[in-house]
Amino acid sequence: MNRTVYSPLIFELSKAGRKGYSLPQNPCPTYQTAQLPAELLRQNAPTRLPEADELTVVRHYTNMSGNNFGVDTGFYPLGSCTMKYNPKINEEMAALPGFAAIHPAQDAPYMQGALKLYDEVQHILAEVAGLSRFTLNPFAGAHGELTGLMVIRTYHEKRGDLKRTKIIVPDSAHGTNPASAAVCGLQIVQVKSTADGTVDVEDLKPLLGPDIAGMMMTNPNTLGIFERQIPEIAKLVHECGGLMYYDGANLNPMLGVCRPGDMGFDVMHINLHKTFSTPHGGGGPGSGPVGVRAGLEDYLPNPQVHFNAETKRYELLSNDNALGCISAFLGNFGIIVRAYAYLLTLGKEGIPMAGKLSVLNANYIKECLKDYYYLPIDGLCKHEFVFDGLLPKYGGEHSDASHITTLEVAKRLLDYGFHAPTIYFPLLFHESMMIEPTETESKETLDAFIDVMKQIAKEALHQPEMLRQAPHSTPVRRLDDVKAVKDAKFSF
Amino acid sequence: MQLETMKYFPHTPEDISQMLEVIGVKSLDDLYAEVPEELKLHRELNIPAGKSEIEVRRIIGELAAQNKPLVPFAGAGAYDHYTPSVVPYLASRSEFSTSYTPYQAEISQGTLQYIFEYQTMMADLTGMDLSNASMYDGSTATAEAMMMCVAAAKKRNRVLISATVNPAVRAVVKTYAKFHGVDLVEVPAAGGTTDRAEVSRLLAEENVAGVIVAQPNYYGIVEDFSGLADECHAHKALLAINSVASCLAVLRTPGEWGADIACGDAQSLGLPLSCGGPYIGYLCVKNALVRKMPGRLVGQTVDADGKRAFVLTMQAREQHIRREKATSNICTAQGIMCLYVAIYLSLMGPQGLREVNEHSYAAAHLLHKLLLESGLFEEAFAGAPFFNEFTLRYKGTEGVDALRERLAQAGFLAGVKAEGLDDCLILAATEQRTEQEIVEFAKIACS
Repeated sequence: MNRTVYSPLIFELSKAGRKGYSLPQNPCPTYQTAQLPAELLRQNAPTRLPEADELTVVRHYTNMSGNNFGVDTGFYPLGSCTMKYNPKINEEMAALPGFAAIHPAQDAPYMQGALKLYDEVQHILAEVAGLSRFTLNPFAGAHGELTGLMVIRTYHEKRGDLKRTKIIVPDSAHGTNPASAAVCGLQIVQVKSTADGTVDVEDLKPLLGPDIAGMMMTNPNTLGIFERQIPEIAKLVHECGGLMYYDGANLNPMLGVCRPGDMGFDVMHINLHKTFSTPHGGGGPGSGPVGVRAGLEDYLPNPQVHFNAETKRYELLSNDNALGCISAFLGNFGIIVRAYAYLLTLGKEGIPMAGKLSVLNANYIKECLKDYYYLPIDGLCKHEFVFDGLLPKYGGEHSDASHITTLEVAKRLLDYGFHAPTIYFPLLFHESMMIEPTETESKETLDAFIDVMKQIAKEALHQPEMLRQAPHSTPVRRLDDVKAVKDAKFSF
Repeated sequence: MQLETMKYFPHTPEDISQMLEVIGVKSLDDLYAEVPEELKLHRELNIPAGKSEIEVRRIIGELAAQNKPLVPFAGAGAYDHYTPSVVPYLASRSEFSTSYTPYQAEISQGTLQYIFEYQTMMADLTGMDLSNASMYDGSTATAEAMMMCVAAAKKRNRVLISATVNPAVRAVVKTYAKFHGVDLVEVPAAGGTTDRAEVSRLLAEENVAGVIVAQPNYYGIVEDFSGLADECHAHKALLAINSVASCLAVLRTPGEWGADIACGDAQSLGLPLSCGGPYIGYLCVKNALVRKMPGRLVGQTVDADGKRAFVLTMQAREQHIRREKATSNICTAQGIMCLYVAIYLSLMGPQGLREVNEHSYAAAHLLHKLLLESGLFEEAFAGAPFFNEFTLRYKGTEGVDALRERLAQAGFLAGVKAEGLDDCLILAATEQRTEQEIVEFAKIACS
């Protein structure tokens, strides 16, 4: 990226009297909103809606897009986010008028295609997950977590077991896990990790009891390490009467190799925007389908989509045993269409290959860089791994007080045209740098990234000041975060 | 399957063997050596084989063709407003769509800037001090508003919700309330509007954290909230108003009613109907509530050269920092739909948005008049002021279901059946409905 930055806000391009729209003739102008009682009408006209012609708007947003970096721009190894390529056919399929023009209040007979697509996707996800049934209603991963925890609470409640108010969460878990549990009215019990980064089973045992609703885990965990003791953990939690929740954030590497249901999980969510290639969209819209083991299907949220074998029609049902509604309609339907296009394209051969190649790419980077960056836990990783900053010999944490931090490495990467990894997460290390390349990146791209990471390690030795000032060639330089809070300004 | 034939995987067999060698394993399967064998699948997934793009297009195209898009005379949370072609065209730019949460602000100014513009426009439209970077949809935004009321009140956990809030929204709020431990009390409707006497009675118990009402409400009625905010505040309760975003160009805003929180769906600002999603929830508040606000918030600051720039800010509020102390688990927002709204409002401006609303208002009132003239319909709530949605009682002997089916056969979506009022229909119109469609719809409905 070069340093010419496009900076005006649309409000600064506004000029009274311009317009960017055209509308047909009003069919009956004798009816006017001014006929409503005056106290029901807006008192002060909007002052911040711009007035701009169409080309001004087009140029504005086109130029603004140049200040952004996406997967289509370059390598985006943001750990835990699975920034794989977003296929373009998916976009076109979601925009088909047969989907885009359907009002959600249409009765089921008039949207059979949409309901069939929903049902097909839920079937494929159930097979991929090794579970019985999915709801596609949750809007995002966090929403899926919340929905899944509601399923768990509903399961206990329907059994008349009202004492189970606690949920076990590993200390390495993403912050969303405890937050979702808190919103769901559960108390969080934290279980420690061992030195190898996996759940400490001995620490877990005393936590288990009649007040435990379940346990949330992701496998591989946030360090990219497969939790080998998962069968024992699941057995212990089940024996105490709890259910196992699988956070699907890290499902990608396990595709077609080892399924959450087969690991012993009862409830899970999948992030369609991670594992199944729908665009991350600068932070949404996502989709977080929730799957359950046989026996829990009734508790999934309403409305539920079912195929009626007698009438051969798809129906929208409201199940009395369901946990309730978590969306007004059928979730982010347009995202589900995109995921379906991807699932069809990859199919039974491609889906397992996506997982394996993501693991190949991650291990390749790890092996090539572990002589430069500190790898706290060695061994095979899955789709991602974590470095704890630069090695001391390259000015990393333990070299001296003024060491080069992970933040500085991350900012310098931007100068070289790469997105930074996820930094300072997981919280288990001081200088975490979580790298997830995904399967859609070529060896050439990985090699280029590896070369740059080595180059930065050398710069850390010889030009530390330059690193501390990085980035140098991005549209803007480092931002004043303190000012953003102190002189808070959230609108123009 | 030949690897090189999979268009989304760039690996050649040579690449794979070279990379495996660097890693020090012999095969791709060896990368899973630590996974216990008994946990592995050891068979093919039982799903369809991979398809070419031509086949994918055919399969999904056939499914799309099995849907029958009806001409919507329906609202109930989703409004058929026109999306100018510029909106999806610009929003599909992959610099926007293939990026993620703007953690690296230096290379995410595009995303941060459109969110800042969105926040500015939504705060202006709702008459509030500030907006967050959006929520999933109107129903979850309203549930978050409820949780905010409880979080702000500290020791109170009762929230009132009017029965005139869309039942689909109420159902979601109710689910959140149940699991979050909120004592959600439904205030009944009286003549199609919130029973204010009951609100007063409940507020006087001095244990209410917040009150949620809707504008226009489920029945399409524009409610008069005069004095409601003062009454809430006198009893230390917050007022949240759920509105159809587009109407706020014309209707008294939540800010002007004195509300503390404005929430709802902004689908009406140019988003396609899309079988119910993705839509976009909005959440706007008064300054005093900024630290209780869930979700992302973009703020203005400067970079190291003193240049204006934008950044995610006030992150101490957010779930990933607060973890088990969080009062919301919202991570991101509706990203691209936020961009849709920013572009839509940039094109429409204050005048365009007003015209859209005048047009929709006129179309709905014309339909209302034609249906009443037939004598087959009567107002469910006589004389109640409505905007572009209204509720009528159908007196035809066939009943509402048969009427809706008859109109569907003719290609029209005849609103929704009013919940709890089995002989009533809630109908809506927008600027996309032509006079011819309105006349034709009325003719068939009244035949």
